[in-house]
Amino acid sequence: MNWGSVSEFFAMGGYGLYVWGSYAVVLVLMVGEPLLARHRFRKALEQAGDVLEKDD
Amino acid sequence: MNRSIRLNMFAAPSSFYALSGFLLPWLWLIAIGFAVAGLYIGFFVAPTDATQGDSYRIIFVHVPAAWMSMILYLVMAGWAVFGWAANARLASMVARALAPTGAMFTFLALWTGALWGKPTWGTWWVWDARLTSELILLFLYLGFMALVESIDDVRRADHAGALLALVGAINVPIIYFSVKWWNTLHQGATISMTAAPKMAATMLQAMLLMTVAFWAYSFAVVFMRTRAIILERERQAQWVRDLAAKEAA
Repeated sequence: MNWGSVSEFFAMGGYGLYVWGSYAVVLVLMVGEPLLARHRFRKALEQAGDVLEKDD
Repeated sequence: MNRSIRLNMFAAPSSFYALSGFLLPWLWLIAIGFAVAGLYIGFFVAPTDATQGDSYRIIFVHVPAAWMSMILYLVMAGWAVFGWAANARLASMVARALAPTGAMFTFLALWTGALWGKPTWGTWWVWDARLTSELILLFLYLGFMALVESIDDVRRADHAGALLALVGAINVPIIYFSVKWWNTLHQGATISMTAAPKMAATMLQAMLLMTVAFWAYSFAVVFMRTRAIILERERQAQWVRDLAAKEAA
């Protein structure tokens, strides 16, 4: 175990800004990208259904 | 003969759609599981670095992101060229699906690199070979995406994209060997890192676990996007109509 307390963990030995600044952006983008992909997929599936209705 | 029939089967968008749909939950499970294990070892088991302090912990996302940025480009260029040369629709769709993920990892490699460079080198950015060629990689991804979206004829757009991807592929070995070929602030290849054995072991473990997680993530998100592109392009195909009808019911 490297950290004596929670605040020590967040301080990252004085490098908190750099370490958490990196991980925060990684988290946002790697959660955001699959959500965008899912949105695109659902929209495509919906529109495939629209084509169907026009034909009927 | 038999073998080639079986392999070709997955070149049909409908087969790929079904197979990738089955694989997706498992890929997400692997991505999340390995990320949790990698982060645990990276933050709670791997010790503080003797010279860099805790700033080095950026390595657990920086190096996997940088690897993925290069690998995904080569995979993208490979499928784009195959889709062009063999007139394979699915391959071109996969190439398009790869570009945003590759661009994202390239941006993350640059972003985490800047945040690591500031405390380590004293600067966010320097125009040296490694950083500049990685920035060019980002522009190549963005250029590929802009090019294929700007041409209305889908197959012509695929062909133009393949040409750009192919020419740009020369940049990947330049990125990889830049730290050998030129004098640069950037350190050499990570895998041959010469640190105290025990430290290298846990640090390396965390980095490799994160790399597996990023691989699984890439497969998953590229599969999702490919499935969306298939539905967008094959709207008129009978199997897509059947699928949409089933979904609407």
